[in-house]
Amino acid sequence: MPLDSSRKPLVSVKNLKMHFPIFGGLLRRRVGEVKAVDGVSFDIYEGETLGMVGESGCGKSTVGRSVLRLYEITDGTVEINGTDISHASAEDLRKKRPLMQMIFQDPQASLNPRMTVGEIIAEPLREHENLSGRDRETRVLELMDQVGLNRDFANRYPHEFSGGQRQRIGIARALALNPKFIVCDEPIAALDVSIQAQVVNLLEELQDSLGLTYLFISHDLSMVRHIADRVAVMYLGTIVELAPREQIYGDPKHPYTQALLSAVPDPDPALARGIERIILEGDVPSPSNPPKGCNFCTRCPQVMDICKEIPPEFKEVEPGRFTACHLYNTPADHAGHNETAQTAADEDKSIQLGGNT
Amino acid sequence: MTDATHSDDISKAEPARNQWWDVWDQFKTHRGAMVGLIVFVTIVFGVFFGPFIWTADPQAIPPVVDMIKTRDFRPIYTVLWDSGAKVSWANPLGTDNLARDNLARLMYGGRVSIAVGLVAMVLSIVLGALIGVLAGYFKKLDGPLMRLTDLFLALPLLPLILVASLLFREPLANTFGVEGGIFVLIVALIGVTSWMQTARIVRGDVLALKEREFVLAAKSIGTPNRRMITRHILPNVMSPIMVSATLGIAAAIITESALSFLGFGFPPDFPTWGRLLNDSVDRMVSYPERVIWPGTLISLTVLSVNYMGDGLRDALDPRIRGR
Repeated sequence: MPLDSSRKPLVSVKNLKMHFPIFGGLLRRRVGEVKAVDGVSFDIYEGETLGMVGESGCGKSTVGRSVLRLYEITDGTVEINGTDISHASAEDLRKKRPLMQMIFQDPQASLNPRMTVGEIIAEPLREHENLSGRDRETRVLELMDQVGLNRDFANRYPHEFSGGQRQRIGIARALALNPKFIVCDEPIAALDVSIQAQVVNLLEELQDSLGLTYLFISHDLSMVRHIADRVAVMYLGTIVELAPREQIYGDPKHPYTQALLSAVPDPDPALARGIERIILEGDVPSPSNPPKGCNFCTRCPQVMDICKEIPPEFKEVEPGRFTACHLYNTPADHAGHNETAQTAADEDKSIQLGGNT
Repeated sequence: MTDATHSDDISKAEPARNQWWDVWDQFKTHRGAMVGLIVFVTIVFGVFFGPFIWTADPQAIPPVVDMIKTRDFRPIYTVLWDSGAKVSWANPLGTDNLARDNLARLMYGGRVSIAVGLVAMVLSIVLGALIGVLAGYFKKLDGPLMRLTDLFLALPLLPLILVASLLFREPLANTFGVEGGIFVLIVALIGVTSWMQTARIVRGDVLALKEREFVLAAKSIGTPNRRMITRHILPNVMSPIMVSATLGIAAAIITESALSFLGFGFPPDFPTWGRLLNDSVDRMVSYPERVIWPGTLISLTVLSVNYMGDGLRDALDPRIRGR
């Protein structure tokens, strides 16, 4: 299991920040920034699936794209297979691309409508591998077999396919270069339920046969429970809880995770009636102006005074379980925290005094 | 498209169907576009191959004695309502006031007008597409290039063309010959002053395309910018470019007519449709056919090209074609 600390992380993200500038006013000056991702750290071990859940706009997709450096990240480091790509040059990054690939949410939008399926799947091969036309053709047909597409479809255009088939084309393209790590950015969100199952099963089969590592971004909690080994829960640009699947679904620690999981509908009406849902009040604060202290303090049912002042640290509360919540800081921690804050403030003061005299 | 040859060799098993066949199938269903295509092809064939059959010289003026006899013939069909009209089978569309054959002049004039239209259109489309794609794709170039576009849009075009044709007529005529020089001058002037609309449309489309997921997908594959443009951006802005192109032909023919009409285009004895109109206006009441024929041909060409553009726009849009 991924708890085994001897396993080496394939992807290691530290304090990732992605802020998008807001321009406004007459002169289009920079007037602020949307903190889409604000200090996220996690590791993904080889061969595992890390699920990433959260509501719309919490920064899940931005994390996925930043990890592949599709955006110029604001701060933090991203190591993939031991190399830091967070500030790699365009050419270095291009050489790293075969290692990491992405599957997109909207299979319609992620395929160029003017290219045939064969051309779409062959594009990564053209970019990175020096194959002859015939070899490339063979490889494309192999990939189509692998994802369960009929070979005769190679000359058709994306609009001639159903959603599930289009997603298979996207998967074939992502597999073309034998990547180790694939970011699945809500790959099933645009598909209907029966097709979702097919695509998820395909992803699992491919993981088994090719030893792939996934970052599986989704807002479908039950699907993440099905596919992920560990789950990270995001809220307003930060990870609030990261834990192995069974533990997070069985015993959520963070109040937000508890509220999120209580919103999962139960198929059994008799059971569903008995469930006590945690209804959160209010709206998600704007990511351009997050609250001071804990991001969740405006809506948290168990909010304390400290939450409104100091952002909680993201730390291990049980082996393998990480959460960012003051509830799980031991009293000693609290005291320690306050004390350090206090001493820091005192030091500041004394320095100032020293400077004045 | 860019990878047409590749798609051909993939499909040994199932014969490749080039995307352009789908475009053609869709185009055929657009009745106006088909009529336009037939009219345009007829006119082009007529003016380019007609002179080989109808070999009358459009520019030769017979000696004065003959000229007085043979000038100002009416078209042959005038006898239908005016039995006393001066007509001759030797000049089915009559002759002008210098006894030159109207039919020959129309055909030679059409050659020049259509050639000017096509070449000026190609020039303005290439410029417009280039500037539009660069401005849309590279954020840093956007500001400067679009301000340049605004600058060109703000120029009063007709006076500019008039001044430029006065300034550059001589040096160009020395290099390319009289007619060649004027042709280059007119084509360049029309091309350089008509790319702005295309550039704006293309830039807008590129800005929207750049945010589409397939561009992001190509980025995640590691496709460099130049191939991103040729493989993903350009094929997807083909529709607006093609439409601008067809509209551009029409605009160029009209501008050339206007220039010739104002007397700043080709030399006076050199026929173009605009020049023919210009020459005939003062005697329009006595000889209406000399205005009606070139006028109708200009209108028909422009109209047919516009209809073709309409059909092409539909045919090139995969959302319409696919369903």
